[in-house]
Amino acid sequence: MTAVARRFPDWDWLASHGGEVAAQLSEHVELTALAVAAGFLVAVPLALLARRVPPLRGPLLGFTGVLYTVPALALFVLLLPFVGLSRANPVIGLTIYSLLILLRNTLVGLEGVPAEVRESALAMGHTRRQLLWRVEVPVALPAIVAGVRLATVSTVGLVTITALIGYGGLGQLILRGFNRTNATQLVAGLVLSVALAAVADVALAWAQRRLTPWQESRTA
Amino acid sequence: MSALAQWLSDPASWWGPGGLLARTLEHAGYSLGTTLAAVAVTLPVALWVGHTGRGRLAAVQLANIGRAVPTFGILLGAFVAFGYGLAPVYAALVALAIPPIMVNTVVGVGQVDPEVREAAEGMGMRGWQVLLRVELPLAAPMVMAGVRTAAVQVVATATLAAVVGLGGLGRPIVDGLAQGAAYSPRAQAMVVTGAIAVALLALAAELGLSAVERALTPPGG
Repeated sequence: MTAVARRFPDWDWLASHGGEVAAQLSEHVELTALAVAAGFLVAVPLALLARRVPPLRGPLLGFTGVLYTVPALALFVLLLPFVGLSRANPVIGLTIYSLLILLRNTLVGLEGVPAEVRESALAMGHTRRQLLWRVEVPVALPAIVAGVRLATVSTVGLVTITALIGYGGLGQLILRGFNRTNATQLVAGLVLSVALAAVADVALAWAQRRLTPWQESRTA
Repeated sequence: MSALAQWLSDPASWWGPGGLLARTLEHAGYSLGTTLAAVAVTLPVALWVGHTGRGRLAAVQLANIGRAVPTFGILLGAFVAFGYGLAPVYAALVALAIPPIMVNTVVGVGQVDPEVREAAEGMGMRGWQVLLRVELPLAAPMVMAGVRTAAVQVVATATLAAVVGLGGLGRPIVDGLAQGAAYSPRAQAMVVTGAIAVALLALAAELGLSAVERALTPPGG
């Protein structure tokens, strides 16, 4: 094998490629946000459905669990015949991966509402809909946000793999750095990806404290 | 679909050096090796942290940050650093497997009832005896749950070994991509077969380790 062709770290490369790095970072943020948002919009109705129709709970969790074991690379490749190389490919693939975490946490959160709380809300004259939105969802919110945090962190990592089908955000830096044996480019993609996940995690934890001011802050 | 049937009915797809059987064994080999390596690296540290309580928060937080490290980046980075071989695959998959094992072990040992621990000490056990004879057996189901999570992720992700030129069930997936999986039914058949085989292997790991977990659960625990 050829040795690393360039010196490392190559600050000159970094200084002259700020535009490329910024563009891939923003692409990475967009792909992650689209996928987690779409996953959330699918997982929450599924969780509500599983609450309303309990026999569906096992099959829904089992099905999303099986989807989770499909290797990421294969999933993106298998979507090719259906959506081609359009942006829908990485977004749909990443959405599918976020489903299990989001569904499980939402369900666990909703199921964790104490029966007394639910009963007293009904006794106070809440309808089922009011019970859900005024009592169950607020109580379950910390668990739901914990799921969003986990899904976001894991999606940030998975986005890098979509570099192999031409997307990837920071994964593009990793792949190009690999192909050109430019360690600076590769490590820049790696480090920024970890940093992005950490920032997103902290930001969501902060958002959760703002959303549930009545809850004592606790570490996840 | 006929391409899939054709590919599956070809004995060369199953047997021989590049067949599914050989690829499955390679894949299982990478997965088993890296999971065991991760256990060997993580368990002593995590048991010590859980037992002494020292650095517990730091260990859990470090593991949480570790979850954010993209396996793809570690794999390609280690390839640039070490070159072709098993080293990049081990670096990437061990890094993937450490966080769940670390968190579950530290938390599992930490959750052992202090009264049980004190009783063991009162019976004259030394620190390491308390750890090995009391805390570890009580924490075993939790530790195994972490190992199971790690193993399933490792099996699904070992697919990437093919990206750096190695074998395993990622081979038909990466080759299928290179041979035009967007339009060629034959290439699609290869990808589908590889994906299903990986999912089945992950399921086998999940079920096998669940059985171990149940066997290790102390009676009445």
